[in-house]
This record gives sequence, structure tokens and C-alpha cells, in this order.
Amino acid sequence: MFELIFDPSFAESIPRFVTPILLAALGGALCERAGVFNIGLEGFILTGAFFAVLGSYYTGSPWIGALTAILAGIMLGLVFAEFNLRRGGNPIVVSIAINILAAGLTTYLLRAIFDVIGAFTDPNIVPFRPIHIPLVESIPFLGRVLSGQPVLFYIAVAAVPAIHYFLARHRLGLRIRAAGENPAALVAGGVSPRIVQLWSLIGCGALCGLAGAQLSIANVSLFVENMSAGRGWIAVVAVLLTRGRPWPLFLIAIIFGAVDSLSFRVQGLGLAQQFTDMMPYVATLLVLVALSWWRKRQTI
Amino acid sequence: MKTLRGILSGEALSWAGAVAAILAVFLVLMLMVGAPIIEALQGFFSGAFGGRRYAYLMTTLSRTTLIAGMAISVMLSFRAGLFNIGGEGQLVVGGLVAALVGVLLPGPPLFVLTASILAAMVAGGLWALLAGVLQLYVGVPLLVGSLLLNYPARYLASYMVAHPYRDVQSGMIQSHLVPMETWLPYFPGTRLDIGILFVGVAAAFAIVYSYTTVHGYHSRLNGLSPDFARAVGLPVKKLTLQTLAMSGAIAGLVGAVAVFGIHHRYIDGMLVQPLYAWTGIIAVLLVNMVPWAVPLSGFFFAAVQTGAAGMERAASVPKEIAFIMQAVIILFVASRVSGALTASSTRRETDNV
Repeated sequence: MFELIFDPSFAESIPRFVTPILLAALGGALCERAGVFNIGLEGFILTGAFFAVLGSYYTGSPWIGALTAILAGIMLGLVFAEFNLRRGGNPIVVSIAINILAAGLTTYLLRAIFDVIGAFTDPNIVPFRPIHIPLVESIPFLGRVLSGQPVLFYIAVAAVPAIHYFLARHRLGLRIRAAGENPAALVAGGVSPRIVQLWSLIGCGALCGLAGAQLSIANVSLFVENMSAGRGWIAVVAVLLTRGRPWPLFLIAIIFGAVDSLSFRVQGLGLAQQFTDMMPYVATLLVLVALSWWRKRQTI
Repeated sequence: MKTLRGILSGEALSWAGAVAAILAVFLVLMLMVGAPIIEALQGFFSGAFGGRRYAYLMTTLSRTTLIAGMAISVMLSFRAGLFNIGGEGQLVVGGLVAALVGVLLPGPPLFVLTASILAAMVAGGLWALLAGVLQLYVGVPLLVGSLLLNYPARYLASYMVAHPYRDVQSGMIQSHLVPMETWLPYFPGTRLDIGILFVGVAAAFAIVYSYTTVHGYHSRLNGLSPDFARAVGLPVKKLTLQTLAMSGAIAGLVGAVAVFGIHHRYIDGMLVQPLYAWTGIIAVLLVNMVPWAVPLSGFFFAAVQTGAAGMERAASVPKEIAFIMQAVIILFVASRVSGALTASSTRRETDNV
């Protein structure tokens, strides 16, 4: 068992699982910090995954696929903004509606556009290729983790310091934090918190769209109904746990991604698939339990 | 995409505007697949309310039973300010336990049926309690804990009917049939099982409990203002756990009704794929948690789903259009109506994190 788990090819697969959770969680972090309670990340990712396949299929370019996914995510962000920010709908209700909408829409479009049920795969869907970094590649063990990953992994990792800096220093980032912490101050400064929150939803949509693209045109090159498979919820948990701070988020995403990857690996050991499917959620719960116990001890 | 611009155009739409927007989304989806509109609509109405000897109407009513049952289950939680979105897990655990007890327990049919239903209610209640314990004693917010527990329930049920208790000869991932004598009978002259009565009793219980008992009053008070409830010395923890247990027990009952009334066995995914639990949540939010209106909104969403299946038969419109329409309806209607009511629970959830 240990050989299987500590196999370099296991380590190599972790980034592929970390990337979608990390990207979506960073998107969720923008909302969290802006005071938008967006727990509909699952729907955002699923939509992104579908439109990434759509873009890549019609243009033969994974880049355009990713761009299509980003645009689709942004559209969904605008829908969220319209119903939550402008119409004042309850964010949990809007999130649940977004999830149902995404599940219905992607399946509907799958049949309307590609005329298939369940899954769509086609040689015309061009996925992102692994990128081999010359020097890094030759580092023992780590080289195979850090090099040879699809480009979205590097984008996701780069996004961590970028969003950290953005929230800490950039004017819009500061406004996002103000919208979350003290909207009255923003109003006093002549800035509408809602516009700021709208921007955070747009950023969230774009990042979740990319997360979806990683699932459908980097890890594989196909779309399967409901392929986000709960990763959006795990990202939501990561955001709530870290209160939307990018660096802790990175750490949590690595843990959750590794468990996700591990659950794939142990299928080879003869454990029933249902138990490996369950692992990420049970692990997430255990992490939550461990962290809240740890926090309790801290306060005592 | 015209509709999206409509949605984003700015002025707050009136009710008429909301209806127009919902219809516009519907039309765009229909045009996208090039469906003949008239035939599709005929298919919709026959699929929801028609059929030979009203067979489809009966299907709609059985679906109403499940959706309204789940709606009542979550309503008890929501009214107590508990954002329990783990109805799916509670439903699945109930359905699984009902089917297994039904298959494995020997004895006279009525005894087996009663034992199965009670076991399902206990199982659903315990699953909900687990989420409550996680919130109260461990500090995992109910919203997150109840949701995450959906997945172990789903996969555990899937495992049970895929491996130890699978009906291998059927070739499907499903349990054996429960004995025929235990199946819920149909109403005379119809194809509608009496499961709807069980849910009716649960609904009556929920209404009586909520509005006439001291306990129900305290529970609602806890929902309206948790700080007040705590300040006047109500046993908030106990109320929370009791409410969750009731909520989960009703979800478990709905699972048992689905097994003994409709499928007569547990089939992998039968309670998950139709999104019963989530539809129940939006059905209760659509009517702003007014109990007597819940069966109506349950019937409405059931009709949207079975009608969509009818449209698929008549005009090959993918039936998933039902989920899209459900989501659009809930966005236009319930996100507005329920804004104030659930706001308090949202705040509490986030504060606890």
C-alpha cells in the first residue's frame, strides 16, 4: 500500500487535483472577502468545464477553450450579481439555484449541441499539454511534480501570490476587503460596495471557469455530466476555513487535492469505488473537525 | 442571449416582468433545439396531467409526494433557523435502510412494513443529528456539515446495493425487491400509491407542531432570533437537536415511501438524480415557508419535471429543461421572497466558521 501511495506518479498526479480546487477556492475567496456569500462554486466549475470543451472543440485551441470557460463563468457571476446584489435575493438560495441551473444547462446543451447523453468525447477537443520546464525537470522527485503539469497549474500557483498582493495592495483589492469588512466606509469614500462586489463576482466567475477548464480540457479531454463532482463544495469549505486568505487557502487546497488524488490511487488496491469516491468529503469533514478542535484548544 | 440582457437590463422587474423573463428563457431553450412549440406544449401538459387513465398525472402526484415530503422536512429546520441542506443524505439513508429492512426482515407484511418505515425514520433522524452534533459540539457549521454528509450517504448506499445486498441477477445496481405483500397499495381504481397519505400525515404533524405546541413555538423563536431565544433561557442546543432529528426522520420517511410506494427496491441514484431534496428546498422557499402552500409548490415543481419528460417524448426536448426552468423560477421568485427570512441563519452560519 505504501509503495502505491508514495509512488512518484502519485505525487505527480497531485497538482492535477489541486488545480481545480485551488482556482475555484481563490475565486470563492474574492467573494468571501467582498462579503458575498457565494456557495455556488460547484455550478460555476461545472459550467466552466462544459464551455471549455465547447471552445476547444470548435476552435481546436485549449486556450480559446479556457477563454470560453472564463467568459461562461463571468456570465454566471453576472447572474449571481443580478439576483443577489441588485434584487437582494438570499445568497444561499441564489447559490442553490445556480447549482441546479448549471447541472440542467450543461446536460441540456450537451444534448442540444453535441446530441449525446452522459458524456462527450471527441478527437477535436484539444487539451492542454504538459509543460516541461528544462532545469526543474531534472530535480529528483520534486521535478516530476513541478514540471510536466498543464499550464493551468502554473497559473493557479501564480494566482496565489497575485491575489494575495491584489487584496493587500491593489486599490480594487482594498475596496473588496472594505466591502466585506466595512461597507459603510466605502460608501463614505464615494464607492458603491455593490459595484466592488460585482467585480469580485466577475473575478470569481473567471477563476471558477478556469477550474472547470482544468477538469475538462487538462486532466482529460471530455465532458461528463456533473463532472465537477463536489469539488466546488470542497472549495467552499476551503474558503470558509481560511476566511478567504490566499496562502492558507493554498495549503488547504494542497491537502484536499492530495486526498482527491489519493482516492483515485487507492482504487487500484481493490477498495470499492464508492469508498474512494467518499474519501474527499470524509477527509474534508475530518479536517474541519481537527481544525475546530485545534481552535478550541487555542482559545482555552 | 436576449434574455440575459433582459435580466441584466437594470430596472427591477414586476411580477409580470418575471413571468415574461421566465417564458423568454423557456422559448430560447426551445428554439435552441428547434422543437415544435405547440407539440412540445401539448407534450408538457399531457406528460404532467394526462396519459391513459391519467397515468402521468399519477406520476406527477407520486413525485409531488416526495418533493413535498422533502420540503416539509427542510421547512422544520429552516423555520428553526437551521440551514440543514443535508436532506439528500437523510433521504438516501432512509431509503436504503427501508429497502434493506424490507428485504431482510422476516415476518408478516404489515410488521415488516412498519418496522422498515420506523427504521428509515430513525436512520434519517440520526443522520441529521450527526450534522447537529458536529455543529454544536465540534464547531463544524451546520450548512457545511449537513451538506458534506450527503456524499458519504450517497456512496454508502451505492456500495450497499452494488456489493453486499445487490440483486445480482437483475444486472442493475439495485437491491432485491421488497416482498410484494409489503408494497403500499394503490388507491382503488388508480395507479397512485397511498404514500401520499404518509406525507400528508407528516405535513399535518409539522403544521400542528409548529403552530400549536410550545415546543414548536420555541423552535420557531429560535429561528427568528437565536440571541433572544438564548437570552430568555431556552434550551437552544436541545431544541436544535430535536428539530434536526424530526427533520431527518421526515426525510427518512420520504425515502421509505419512495421504496415501498414507487420503486419497491433501492436503485442506485434513484433518490439523488431527480434532485428531490434540492427541489424540496426550493419548493419550500418558493412559498416563503408557508406550510399549507408547500404541497402546491411541490405539485408545481413535480409537474414541471414530469411535464418536461412529456415534452421529451413528444418533441424530443431534453428533459433537463425542467432543472433549468426550476432554477430560473427560483431565481426570479424565491431569491426575492426569502431574502429576509433566511438572512439570520446565514449570518449565524458564517459567524460560526
